[in-house]
Amino acid sequence: MSLILLALILLLAGGLASLVLQKQRVFVNALGAGVCIGACAIGFAGALILLAGGGPGPSWAIPWNTPLGGSFTIAADGLTSFFLLLIFGISALCALYGAQYLKAWNGRKNTGPSWFFFNTLVASMAMVCLARNALLFLIAWEAMSLTSYFLVMFESERPEVRKAGWTYMVATQLGTVCLLALFVLMSGHSGSLEFADFESFGGSGRTVVSVAFLLALVGFGTKAGLMPMHIWLPEAHPAAPSHVSALMSGVMIKTGIYGLLRILTYFGTPEIWWGWTLVAMGLLSGVLGVLFAMAQHDLKRLLAYHSVENIGIITLGLGMGLLGRSAGSASVAALAFAGSLLHVANHAVFKALLFLGAGSVQHATHTLEIDRLGGLSKNMKWTAATFLVGSAAICGLPPLNGFVSEFLIYLASYQSSWAVPTSLAVPGLLVIAGLAFIGGLAAACFAKAFGIVFLGTPRSDKACAAYECGSLMRISMIVLSTACVVGGLAGPLLLSRMIPVIASLAMIPGADIANGLAVGTGSLRFVTIFGLGFLLIVGALAGLRQWLLAGRRVDVEGTWDCGYCKPTARMQYTASSFAQPIMNMFGFLRLSRRYFTRPVGPLPSEAEFATRTPDLFKESLWRPAFAGVDSLLSRVRQIQHGRIQMYVLYIVLTLLALLLWRLR
Amino acid sequence: MAERLAASLPGFILALALSPLLPGIINKTKALVAGRRSQPLLQSYHDIAKLLRKGAVYSRTTSWVFRAGPVVGLAAVLGALAIVPLAGVPAPLSFGGDLVLLAYCLGLMRFFTVLAALDTGSSFEGMGASREVQFSALAEPALLLALAALLRQTSGLSLIEIYSAAGTSSIISAGPEMLLVAAALGIVFLAENARIPIDDPDTHLELTMIHEVMVLDHSGPDFAMITYAAALKMWILGALIVGIILPVHSGSLFLDLGSAVIGMFGLAVVTGLIESSMARLRLLRVPHLLASAMVMAGLALILAWR
Repeated sequence: MSLILLALILLLAGGLASLVLQKQRVFVNALGAGVCIGACAIGFAGALILLAGGGPGPSWAIPWNTPLGGSFTIAADGLTSFFLLLIFGISALCALYGAQYLKAWNGRKNTGPSWFFFNTLVASMAMVCLARNALLFLIAWEAMSLTSYFLVMFESERPEVRKAGWTYMVATQLGTVCLLALFVLMSGHSGSLEFADFESFGGSGRTVVSVAFLLALVGFGTKAGLMPMHIWLPEAHPAAPSHVSALMSGVMIKTGIYGLLRILTYFGTPEIWWGWTLVAMGLLSGVLGVLFAMAQHDLKRLLAYHSVENIGIITLGLGMGLLGRSAGSASVAALAFAGSLLHVANHAVFKALLFLGAGSVQHATHTLEIDRLGGLSKNMKWTAATFLVGSAAICGLPPLNGFVSEFLIYLASYQSSWAVPTSLAVPGLLVIAGLAFIGGLAAACFAKAFGIVFLGTPRSDKACAAYECGSLMRISMIVLSTACVVGGLAGPLLLSRMIPVIASLAMIPGADIANGLAVGTGSLRFVTIFGLGFLLIVGALAGLRQWLLAGRRVDVEGTWDCGYCKPTARMQYTASSFAQPIMNMFGFLRLSRRYFTRPVGPLPSEAEFATRTPDLFKESLWRPAFAGVDSLLSRVRQIQHGRIQMYVLYIVLTLLALLLWRLR
Repeated sequence: MAERLAASLPGFILALALSPLLPGIINKTKALVAGRRSQPLLQSYHDIAKLLRKGAVYSRTTSWVFRAGPVVGLAAVLGALAIVPLAGVPAPLSFGGDLVLLAYCLGLMRFFTVLAALDTGSSFEGMGASREVQFSALAEPALLLALAALLRQTSGLSLIEIYSAAGTSSIISAGPEMLLVAAALGIVFLAENARIPIDDPDTHLELTMIHEVMVLDHSGPDFAMITYAAALKMWILGALIVGIILPVHSGSLFLDLGSAVIGMFGLAVVTGLIESSMARLRLLRVPHLLASAMVMAGLALILAWR
């Protein structure tokens, strides 16, 4: 615990120092990143020690003079330590990457404030996970939202960045309003802001707890990016600098999952419909997330929609876990929670990796438009290789880490599909079908993303001029892709480490968790054997191929194009055409809009075709809703016209009314 | 562990040795129906042997991903083969949830084939890749749901539990489910192996192909690996169907494996008959067929719930 506190203090000090020393432009970059990496290393070690220790973990409280009483309480149980591990681990790598990435703005932009916000963002995320007092939690939560807002606004001179920042701000504040209501509700019941006093909240009546569940779902779901509260993600992630997008998408949105899990521990036995709701929202986020991703033309926006998809997968696991718990099936619950939490970690790793890779692409080519890229694997070998590992991992392909967590959720769902209560079997099957479908579409989408961006021939001059990124950026990506491979092979080990984490959800007795997970551990041992065998076979076959071709004639020629001998880069299949059949198949959803100017006559002078895929929920849910609120509030404007006499009259009338009310 | 490995080895080796026969049998059947002289039954073996002896030609556009495609594809399909039991005989690797790993192994193979295709920069291969990912996104849920319907009857989590429980009695007691599952798996079999009515392996137009067009630029040992991997994949998906249609569990390894192999050859003949008797569907119709496979698997599940 002291290590973690030391890390927090270092982060804040480093952040302040980079704010103070912002005039030393080159130095401040190294300072901000260096302190962040050092602090994160300390915090990572601290979290590892805590997680290895098991048990309820240490807690620490100092008196705190707030209106509602309570104290400055922090504690670190399994769940907290698990999330701290992610926060510190990924943040350090993002900072390492950012140190070099931000050099591109040297002389043009002051990076001091950016490092201040970066370091405080890391510290506030850690605080969110540590806090055991509602007020402290909300303060940390707001600090997290604000610092990340300023990080998104790094390039605030670009209008689209300002717009994205604004969307993010509004969304995150609306989420916080729900959390505020949630904590008012809970502390109203317990009479205290301490989390420890919330324990009895589960017994406060079904309706109240259910309302609290919905508030938590909306409040935390907004941060996590669950559909339909996800609209800020595809705006904010592309706008932010890449190491910030990696941090936000990899780690920050997971604090929403953390919050939901933490609050659920105070709700007692879950109602069946909570699990159903989570499964439904998970399916919605998963399927629509990947479909929207498929239709995107911007690499980072595509990745942002994949975060929505993966949060959907995580939510599917949580939903199965809750259903398993409602139905009293400890093994389903344990497996589903384990899969879901491992997917939180795995997604943090590969999504950070992919965003960093996208950052390198942007760094080298100054564009993220997929259809203008191509052939980057020749000039950017490391970025391409690591991006490929990340792509395969996010599609859940073995032997990488994404497979392990999805496998556990599958296992839980298959186990529930033959369970006796149908309430468990039907969602189990929905999850199986959903995961399979999402997996297939994700593979399609990443085949497109990797294939069009990195393979083939360059589609523009910018892509021709691409170059490999610097060594620090490369190191971050290599470490993350190694983590993808190791995570895929170390499944049984990771799963056994998850026992204290799931135990701290305080929902199932520890022995039941161990029993439930035994099935998973047994299976994952085979997955590891398979993975190692697979890598061996790949090596052997590659060797065989090399041996066969040695000394033979190997020619290099043009690609076969049916005898056509003047192919150009523009004749290649594009990302849009690659995605078109799938988008057509879902044409009934009317996701994409087409803009088509037909060529007319035998010698057409102009023709144009474009597709755009605006966000369904933004267009047809939030925009009308906000417009409605706007028109409603504009009525109020009629009484606010700037005439001071009228305002004085309002005051008099109000006083009169109050007086009458008092004398009543 | 060692004992089970020894018991599972004959089936594994049989698959490695006999799978290139399947395309031969299909071609023979088609030729017989059409009244032509066919290529030799062992044509695939000749092809693979010849390709292995050749050099290679690579496109200027391609990178290491193109060269990795066939290697990873063959390795993934070998991994999948190590999971699938032949009839009631367990596979070398068998564990709870192995069916998920099976589906994802095939996904891994597909992912790398698609990337290798995109690496050539040819729009034909891009087109094939695009269709492949579209159809497989529909075939994968059908496969996993069909297997879930079988799991529901056995309350197990692994393929061997499904296939050792499948027997004549289960065909009688759960006939409709079995039939639906077999039909769903049959459609998946045709789609994943690029057969008519989803894909036509014999067409001469690059525009209309799916699987064949993706591997146009491969040559020499690489193409040998692809041909062999395709044959193994057909064997794997075939074994899933034969295991429920022809469940012979006599206890004698020779009889069990023998009947399974005969079942596989029978499946190849049926595939040949299907190919002789119908044309390829229009590409826009293929998703409907695959969706119907999903629906059949879903129906089987509902029936299994009774």
